[in-house]
Amino acid sequence: MGGGLVGATLDTLRLTAEEAMGLLERGEVSRAELRAAYYDAVAARDAELHCYLRLTEDAEGEGVPIALKDVIGTEGVETTAGSRILEGYVPVFDSTVAARCKEAGLSLLGKTNTDEFAMGSSTENSAFGPSRNPWDPTRVPGGSGGGSAAAVAGGLAPWALGSDTGGSIKQPASLCGIVGLRPTYGTVSRYGIVAFASSLDQVGPTTKTVRDCALLYGVIAGRDPCDSTTVDVPPVEVPDAEHLKGLRIGVPRELNEADGIERGVADSVARAIELAEGLGASVEQCSLPRSVEYGLACYYIIAPAEASSNLARYDGVRYGPREAGGSFDEMVERTRDAGFGDEPKRRIMLGAYALSTGYYEAYYGQAQRVRRVIAEEHAALFERYDVLLSPTSPTVAFLIGEKAANPLAMYLSDVLTIPANMAGLPGLSIPCGLSEGLPVGLQLVGPQFSENLLFRTGHALERALGFDYVPERLR
Amino acid sequence: MAEWEPVVGLEIHVQLKTRTKMFCRCESGFGAEPNTRTCPVCLGHPGTLPVPNAAAVEWTVKLGLALGCEIAGHALFHRKHYSYPDLAKGYQISQYDVPLCANGRFLVPGPDGDREIGIVRAHLEEDAAKNVHVGGAGGRIGGAAHTLVDYNRGGTPLVEIVTQPDLRSADEAKRFLQLLRQTIVELGISDAEMEKGTLRADANVSVRPRGADELRTRTELKNMNSFTYIARGIEAEVARQIEVWDSGGKVVQQTYDYHPETDALTVRRTKEEAEDYRYLPDPDLVPVEPPAELVERLRAEVPEAPGARIRRLEPQLGFELAEGLVASGRDRLYERTPGERRAVANVVMNQLAGAGIDPDAVDGDELGQLVEARDRIPRAAFLEALAHAGDPDFRAERYLAEAAVADVSELEPIVDDVLAAHPDEAAAYRRGKQGLLGFFVGQVMKRTQGKADAKVVNELLREKLSA
Amino acid sequence: MAISRDEVLHVAALARLELSDEEADRFTEQLGAILEAVSKVSELDLGDVEPLSHPLDLVNVWADDEPRPSLPLEAALGNAGEDEDGHFRVPPTGMTRES
Ligand SMILES: [Mg+2]
Ligand SMILES: [Zn+2]
Repeated sequence: MGGGLVGATLDTLRLTAEEAMGLLERGEVSRAELRAAYYDAVAARDAELHCYLRLTEDAEGEGVPIALKDVIGTEGVETTAGSRILEGYVPVFDSTVAARCKEAGLSLLGKTNTDEFAMGSSTENSAFGPSRNPWDPTRVPGGSGGGSAAAVAGGLAPWALGSDTGGSIKQPASLCGIVGLRPTYGTVSRYGIVAFASSLDQVGPTTKTVRDCALLYGVIAGRDPCDSTTVDVPPVEVPDAEHLKGLRIGVPRELNEADGIERGVADSVARAIELAEGLGASVEQCSLPRSVEYGLACYYIIAPAEASSNLARYDGVRYGPREAGGSFDEMVERTRDAGFGDEPKRRIMLGAYALSTGYYEAYYGQAQRVRRVIAEEHAALFERYDVLLSPTSPTVAFLIGEKAANPLAMYLSDVLTIPANMAGLPGLSIPCGLSEGLPVGLQLVGPQFSENLLFRTGHALERALGFDYVPERLR
Repeated sequence: MAEWEPVVGLEIHVQLKTRTKMFCRCESGFGAEPNTRTCPVCLGHPGTLPVPNAAAVEWTVKLGLALGCEIAGHALFHRKHYSYPDLAKGYQISQYDVPLCANGRFLVPGPDGDREIGIVRAHLEEDAAKNVHVGGAGGRIGGAAHTLVDYNRGGTPLVEIVTQPDLRSADEAKRFLQLLRQTIVELGISDAEMEKGTLRADANVSVRPRGADELRTRTELKNMNSFTYIARGIEAEVARQIEVWDSGGKVVQQTYDYHPETDALTVRRTKEEAEDYRYLPDPDLVPVEPPAELVERLRAEVPEAPGARIRRLEPQLGFELAEGLVASGRDRLYERTPGERRAVANVVMNQLAGAGIDPDAVDGDELGQLVEARDRIPRAAFLEALAHAGDPDFRAERYLAEAAVADVSELEPIVDDVLAAHPDEAAAYRRGKQGLLGFFVGQVMKRTQGKADAKVVNELLREKLSA
Repeated sequence: MAISRDEVLHVAALARLELSDEEADRFTEQLGAILEAVSKVSELDLGDVEPLSHPLDLVNVWADDEPRPSLPLEAALGNAGEDEDGHFRVPPTGMTRES
């Protein structure tokens, strides 16, 4: 390459993190040039996409840059979780995943936009304005990790980390035409991640390719003494096989025929299933009758209950902005009223209600029983299948504002991702085609700790599908 | 007028003296500058997670075993929600439906027989921070009232012990607490000092006609920071309730603060809205399932219960002395000290305690020699020796050798000298002035610098003067 | 199952939110709809099913009782709205509260 690459000529829209790593290792591009290329892309497109809440131009790290969802705590860098109630909050410690990224040499580009406290499916609930979809800026990038997904799809970051409670990594990846992994619960530390629903929250990668996804998962996964709910993780394998011989794929009827699945989405998934068979996999219909029918209701009890508890600490005493009040109670109530947006308020109240005297058993207790039913239904299927396959989202990216006034309609965006999440299972979303010019995501769910299998499956399908992750209008 | 019987239950918080806090590794020592023993976890920063202290879990199991509790095979931590600045997370991590220890019994011997007090539960939780209320009425001029929060204490481990309402008098409650405290101290898990707040007790008090089974409305008593105040607070509340019932009124469920200076009870201000703690199994923590080997190892380390020890000593010493020795942690020294039992008990309970000697530092055999020689040697010499009984290299022999010259062959020449030096007095004695014996004893003592054995000197003098 | 406006105000108080009249009206309607949807879980008869509070079967995760450094005071107070004499400062509480 003659005089070598200079930052301005790097095509950040196409460049994978793995390729960027290679350029750095071979000395074909410098760390500064690489970062500059992404900042050029930010300068060109972030005014429109609003992926970032803040940039970190003086970050350390000699490796590939990375963007982190703003629920991921970063020492010395404001971390707001998309909420006014944390405006100006500068953590005095790094979250474990941020620390692991630093140890791996990854340099922080900035903090990406999110629905407030990761509560939402469109990033419209961010207190700092919505992010937009690089494929069509009139549409949402999904959520809550819409900022991370849009940044990767729009070439504003080589890769990013998100967090997924009900589908906040998988669903935005689907809507933005990229790869997202929600890891097995307990494989990635939650220490320093602004909590939404502790028994569901899990950090994971948002990337252009499955190989990038495996590489980044390898950086962040593993037991953390600061998080009692983490476990040791088998060594992560970066996939390269391009066949699926011997793989048993189950196609749960309810996840593939649910009300509201768009025709174009179903068609793209059907084509992916044919390709999988062509690669040597066996495919069979199966059933998750109660997981899908009751999953959403179960989730919208458990997640708000835990959220109402996790958000009880925001009282204006130790951090965050404070409203004036004549008494402690008055100060706290005003601070919380001013600091939280509507979605956190709804969920805090819903959760407080579900946990309150007289309602606990009917709501929270019953939801926990449903949760066991969901876990057991999945476990039974994994005796017959290696991987379950479905669309990630019933729809492609919807218009900004389309569902904003109707919380229940918004909640339905996660109907296909929630069941596996309730069971603590890993799920990988890869793009599998376009519907009306917008990306469709394919969800692969495996048993606990089956990330390597999901990577192998996803990688082989990705190669066969040949999906171009660069948004058409930006090519 | 009916005869009333008090019905009392206690709720006790014991602060464990682990090196670190319950869910973070901040040092949990006291006396540090405000907020210098804090970290993101105990300040409740976003994203922080609790990691339980292994020592606190073990110690709670150990205490549960000492209280005769069953140890849960599977216990959970819950979140208990309420709003106050002393809580960094908006909830306290505590144990709710499945505590680590439950269904215990604790023996409290009394002057009129034994009482078994039921232990409902003993569970592990984290302490709240400390609030300082500043200003306002009577405060600084022009300074608005406000509250200052010090999170140093926030998150330190507490064991909460709840008894059945099995206590039937203020005195019984006090004796229960003293034996409980002794148990805790002997386990080495807490200083358990009421004055310092490392042992705190609230009382649930009601009364009922003697002999009845019913449980009437109870009130809660707080703010009693010594054993004496607990007893006095309960007495005052029992008297108040009896008066309410006797005058045709009804006791109302309320929380009272006891004011020891005035013996007054005042109603504690509470929120109008009843608390709804919205307990939630803490999703950040995994269940505690104490392994059987651990429980058995801890069981083997639990000392004999104070109640059983009192019962064992009572036949030799009577109740009062037996209880005194055990409740003050002196019975082990008593037991390892040979000699006449009551004499040993009295020395251990009174003189040694008076001298402020740590009973655990005393060698029983050496002390036994001292007690045995008690009547033979001058009192001053005895007390002097006792004051050193806790010294690491204390040998009774040395003090006794210096203190008492009892050897006749050594004393005889001195007695002869004294008689020779006072022929007039000797003659007067022999004529019948027996009161002069004391004079001669004094002279001998003077020459021996008080070290002569008075009994031996007396005998020698009588012998020689009657010859 | 609908929720009344009073119940919404009650949970708001539990959750320490001061709601405006407009918010109270809006949330009463929205929470009513959400509660009705989530009440679907009650259709299942699961009396004999153990509640699942956690997706992993972990037990006994403890740390040794070994101190680690605490934060410097400036860092502890650094994000606080108000502080005084090394303390966090808040408006008067007027009530006492015990663990
Ligand atoms: Mg308590
Ligand atoms: Zn701490």
